[in-house]
Amino acid sequence: MRIQLTVNGERHEADVEPRLLLVHLLRDVFRLTGTHIGCDTTHCGACTVLLEDRPVKSCTVFAVQADGKRLMTVEGLEQDGRLHPIQEGFVQEHGLQCGYCTPGMMMTSYAFLKRVPMPSEDDIRHAISGNLCRCTGYVNIVKAVQHAAARLQEGGA
Amino acid sequence: MIPSAFEYHAPTSLADAVALLAQHGDDAKILSGGQSLIPLMKLRLATPRHVVDINRIAGLDYIREEDGVLRIGALAREADLEASALVRARYPLLHDASRVVADPLVRNLATVCGNLAHADPANDHPAAMLALGAEVVATGPRGERRVAITSFFTGPFATALRADEVLTEVRVPAPPPRSGGAYLKFERKVGDFAIAAVAVQVALDPAAICTDAGIGLTNVGTVPIKARKAEAFLRGKALDDATVRRAGELAAEEADPADDVRGPAAYKRDLVRVLTARALRLAAERAGGR
Repeated sequence: MRIQLTVNGERHEADVEPRLLLVHLLRDVFRLTGTHIGCDTTHCGACTVLLEDRPVKSCTVFAVQADGKRLMTVEGLEQDGRLHPIQEGFVQEHGLQCGYCTPGMMMTSYAFLKRVPMPSEDDIRHAISGNLCRCTGYVNIVKAVQHAAARLQEGGA
Repeated sequence: MIPSAFEYHAPTSLADAVALLAQHGDDAKILSGGQSLIPLMKLRLATPRHVVDINRIAGLDYIREEDGVLRIGALAREADLEASALVRARYPLLHDASRVVADPLVRNLATVCGNLAHADPANDHPAAMLALGAEVVATGPRGERRVAITSFFTGPFATALRADEVLTEVRVPAPPPRSGGAYLKFERKVGDFAIAAVAVQVALDPAAICTDAGIGLTNVGTVPIKARKAEAFLRGKALDDATVRRAGELAAEEADPADDVRGPAAYKRDLVRVLTARALRLAAERAGGR
């Protein structure tokens, strides 16, 4: 089945089997390997991408469902060689160790801060509760999101 | 994990979706949020030959109250329920449930109606809807019919839906004044199914006497359980501590849990006792009766 969709502002087309998962379309067909496959069972959130602005687990969406839709992946965060404040937050606050969960964490946080620009720590922990990190204990991830929230408030995007 | 091959259909009208179901019968599955179906297909526990994606049908994503009924359409997402000011203000039981179904990412796609149609006894909305006395709308080739939620769940993963019907709406009667509800879920971690969970809805009269009570139990039986004895016991009584505790004991007797990875049956039964009493206290407080 032929599908066309927009990823990070760029139009893409592909001819796919209906059973192809969105995460495989992104990684194997479009070679956008920033999106990770973690558990492959809808638990971990490493594969999180934005589908029409909402963060979803791309291992649990068929590529054909994204036909005609707008997607954003971790590759879409950086603009003109400048890190997005959410990326800067993860660097500054040491919000990662192995880095495997980081693309998903950042996509969830990116969408969350658009919806809730000045979150409490509880808000942040609720928002990222579908993304698992096995290294950090989440403390520095929460700080990274707080860092980004502050920078975005200053107009740092 | 790669699902078995299937033919994908994306109808843009309900009539077309129903026609596809009528044509393919048990070989077809409806895809709404897909957050239960796709994991099952990846594990090849579900191998439908035809997948009918209803996401391109316009006008099914509503959550609105009219004529004394809260109507939730087939494509209303769990995240929409969680964000709804109407639901938060008027249906605290549903608001509670919306925050503990799976996790926030899953809730961006998962639908309330899908949670019911999938009929996993571990799902959260079946117990909530049993407590609220909801009914579902099934749309098939001969039009719509309504099914009381009490006769909807016919077995584990089995419902009163016919092979050619789509669950298009769930209807919740608007609560009378001085009503309150709560959903308490005990889970190992965010995203897991409940070890046990309890849904409670109560209505009080001006003297704070309970005029009606609904209690639903999650994941303590092969189907979601309506705790009828506990409900009957509460009617006509003030919801004081002794009454609430006794209702918890009755609900625990009505639970039918099994030993599994989430704990022994006796533990789950005791959770029902404790959670029922806590949920009743919270529901009564929200109804303004405590």
